[in-house]
Amino acid sequence: MEELLQVNGLRKTFQLTAKQQKLEKTKEKVKVAVDGLSFTAYKGEVFGLLGPNGAGKTTTLRMLATLIKPDAGDAILDGASIVSQPEQVRSKIGFLTSELKLEDFFTPNYQFDFFSRLYGVDPDTIEKRKKVLFERFGIDRFAEVKVGNLSTGMKQKVSLVISLVHDPDVVIFDEPTNGLDVLTAKVVTDFLLDLKSQGKTIIVSTHIFSLIEKICDRVGIVIAGKMVTCDTLENICAGKPLEDRFFEIYEEKVGKIDE
Amino acid sequence: MNNVMTIIKKELSRFFGDRRLVFTTVLMPGLMIYLMYSLLGQRMVQEMSTAEDYVTKAYVVNLPKEIREGTAESPVEWKDWDGNPDDVDRVFHELEEGEIDLVVCFPENFMTDAAAYEIGSGAAPQVEIYYNSAKSNSYTSYDSLRDYLDRFEESMVNKYDVNVGEETGSLGTYDQAPKNGAVGKMLAGLLPMLIMTFIFSGVQGVAPESIAGEKERGTMATLLVTPVKRGALAFGKVISLSIIALMSGISSFLGTILSMPKMMGDQVDFDMSAYGYSNYALLFFVIISTVLVLVSVISIISAMANSVKEATTMMAPFMIIVMITSLLPMIGVKFGGAFASLIPLFNSVKVMGGIFEFKTDVTAAFMTIGVNLAVTCLLVGVLTKMFSSEKVMFSK
Ligand SMILES: Nc1ncnc2c1ncn2[C@@H]1O[C@H](COP(=O)(O)OP(=O)(O)O)[C@@H](O)[C@H]1O
Ligand SMILES: [Mg+2]
Repeated sequence: MEELLQVNGLRKTFQLTAKQQKLEKTKEKVKVAVDGLSFTAYKGEVFGLLGPNGAGKTTTLRMLATLIKPDAGDAILDGASIVSQPEQVRSKIGFLTSELKLEDFFTPNYQFDFFSRLYGVDPDTIEKRKKVLFERFGIDRFAEVKVGNLSTGMKQKVSLVISLVHDPDVVIFDEPTNGLDVLTAKVVTDFLLDLKSQGKTIIVSTHIFSLIEKICDRVGIVIAGKMVTCDTLENICAGKPLEDRFFEIYEEKVGKIDE
Repeated sequence: MNNVMTIIKKELSRFFGDRRLVFTTVLMPGLMIYLMYSLLGQRMVQEMSTAEDYVTKAYVVNLPKEIREGTAESPVEWKDWDGNPDDVDRVFHELEEGEIDLVVCFPENFMTDAAAYEIGSGAAPQVEIYYNSAKSNSYTSYDSLRDYLDRFEESMVNKYDVNVGEETGSLGTYDQAPKNGAVGKMLAGLLPMLIMTFIFSGVQGVAPESIAGEKERGTMATLLVTPVKRGALAFGKVISLSIIALMSGISSFLGTILSMPKMMGDQVDFDMSAYGYSNYALLFFVIISTVLVLVSVISIISAMANSVKEATTMMAPFMIIVMITSLLPMIGVKFGGAFASLIPLFNSVKVMGGIFEFKTDVTAAFMTIGVNLAVTCLLVGVLTKMFSSEKVMFSK
């Protein structure tokens, strides 16, 4: 198996403002969001980062997408370093997270063209890709409606499509089904499997066990910024439902869960 | 470079696609200024002309024949009154109501007593004028009658005259200022400041939205995950914002220039074409370079802010600096020639003032343009650094 992404000891801390300190109920000035995280993802597989809220999944993916820089560590994505070659990394990946918003004023059609041009896609390809993707997600019905007038689900579909305008080989999706109704969620999971069948490498983060079970080949369990276990789905589950295994591992590493 | 164009196109489509935005930033400033100044000018002209044709109504006691004849042209409608104390309440009431404008009391034998009076020999004969300063007709009538009586007094003891009659003496016009000099000087004080204000408010209307707004709404992050160079992003933003700010500035400028004739009335005969093409061209380039500097600074401020509101607040100190800078030449602050061209904003104000005053300093103008462009490049560099910094872009 060809290694496509090697993550090596990523670490990220955030300076907390007074307000954030209150919100997090802590006196510490520094929050360690990701704490020496390493894993490898292979070409053509779906890799899932599983962990509770606040584990550091989003922060990890933001570092991989070069939105933020790690304090320490590095990751090599298809030969490009996220630290020293961020532009190359950006052109290789499609990144989706709820943080990325589209301007309300423009239509899906305009946004698709605009972002395609920023990625340097040629005009013919833009039209072809747009047709396929818009049809697949039913966006052609509202392609000329300003994003501001779309429902949350529609917006999410458009965001997803926009992240793929350059047909990237690596797709990094943060909680791709979060906040979607069941029907749209199904469209998205089916689409991810489709991408896999096209030979793309997919990294997803989620706290939803069923999504992992449905689409992932390998899973990394992240707790408090650390990679606790990383293996194939079968090996982790060992014949049990993933959810049960997750809590076993959680209690083994962290201790009893008491609310 | 391709990406810069893509960004500029997007920014301009955003702007022109929003009719309200186009109206408030481009059409309205010019229109408002034109209407405001025109109305103001008309008011002023009207006020002056009514004062000229108005027939003053005045009660008068013991009006001397000479003064009745002398005020025939002004004109005054004199109503003789005997000064009866029983009538005073009624007469003053009419004055209060504005039915009449003045009540004038001459002493008996005013002409002979005045002629016989010698300076320093006790009390001079007294003329009393009652008026109502709350009514503009009464007040202007009072003013002109007073003026007339002062001149009348002078003519009674006339020894010599200074600059009698029209504006021309035996050698030529009395006022030897160059034809457009006075107006030019006035415009030199006024217009650079107005232009700076117009440009500033134009930038203010769009830059915070486009930079702090995109940050606030999370659309900037979407741009930042693309492989677009941060420099291209910064440059594209500054150029497109400059185009919009320039249009807003031009609109306000046109509003001012077009309303100028109405503002100045018929008295001043001044033609804006007196400046000529080359001066206007120079002015245009100075303005463009100034717009670039202002847009860059405001963009940097907007990039520091986390919201549009915060950006607007943070801009206030810079606005004060710009306003003070553009006022400096008007209040007579003089700065050494070449050195002044090195200070952004002040250099623009100074060069623009020179152009309006018919004292164009071409070297200073080119230096100003050069310095402003260099400063802009520097500031775009800073903005690029800011766009690349997660501390700045994701500081929440
Ligand atoms: N910009 C930030 N400033 C301060 N703390 C942050 C910031 N981003 C994330 N964190 C903190 O880091 C931890 C990990 O967050 P995140 O990566 O979003 O977790 P997950 O995606 O796994 O739910 C959380 O405790 C979160 O509060
Ligand atoms: Mg998250």
